[in-house]
Amino acid sequence: MSAPTTYRQPISRLWWLKKRTYFMFVLRELSSVFVAWFAVFLMIMVVAIGRGEAAYQNFLNWAASPVVVVVNIVALAFAVLHTVTWFALTPQAMVVRFGGRQVPAMTTVRVAGRQVPAATVVRVGGRVPAGLVIASQYAGLIVVSAFIAWLVLL
Amino acid sequence: MTKRHLEPLLWLLFSGGGVIAAVFLPILIVLFGLAIPLGWVQPDYNHLHAVVTYWLTRLVFLGLVVLMLFHWAHRFRYTLHDGLQLAKLETPIAVLCYGGAVVGSIAALVIVLTL
Repeated sequence: MSAPTTYRQPISRLWWLKKRTYFMFVLRELSSVFVAWFAVFLMIMVVAIGRGEAAYQNFLNWAASPVVVVVNIVALAFAVLHTVTWFALTPQAMVVRFGGRQVPAMTTVRVAGRQVPAATVVRVGGRVPAGLVIASQYAGLIVVSAFIAWLVLL
Repeated sequence: MTKRHLEPLLWLLFSGGGVIAAVFLPILIVLFGLAIPLGWVQPDYNHLHAVVTYWLTRLVFLGLVVLMLFHWAHRFRYTLHDGLQLAKLETPIAVLCYGGAVVGSIAALVIVLTL
């Protein structure tokens, strides 16, 4: 890759502290760190369960230590942030077809007197509003969560 | 430098991991990160062992961990790249992130096979 010859205005390393929306964006992006943390946590737990009851008890003692509990509380907050923002973005990322052709992502349509991205209005034998796409994801979240809780606790 | 033709695959893994994390992570953290260690609920060890070692659970566990790690790798790579304006470190950042995800995925595979 050759060095760019066009002038680029230097951006501060702390640009994301300048506006609330920028800061929220960076928080959202940082949620991935806690996604990775919990993947590692789950691996440690599964290994402990596989090794026997004593190893599992050691794992529980470690997981109940204040530092790990605090990390997991923070991880839960970031996981919720990830879930909410991810579900909110899905309608915008969905491919919209109209009359057999894909609608460009930036196309806007007029719905109820408001100009909205076409992708937020999905055509499934009529118009399905973005709210329904988001609501169905939360329904999926509830079903999956209930199933896992049932599997583990009952 | 990352190979450009890998980009769609990495984006797909990022996106798949994003969906998985959005749907599975809150309940998993509540249960295994807080409720069980803090003793709010106490599932029987033998029951947990049976659930975890069941072949379908192993498969789901492997899928979850691999996708979540690649989700992290892709997103964190751009968080460092754009957030801290580290464009000059593009290659080491990419190697560190995706390399970490690969190492973690191999570990998860070994765990699943030797459980």
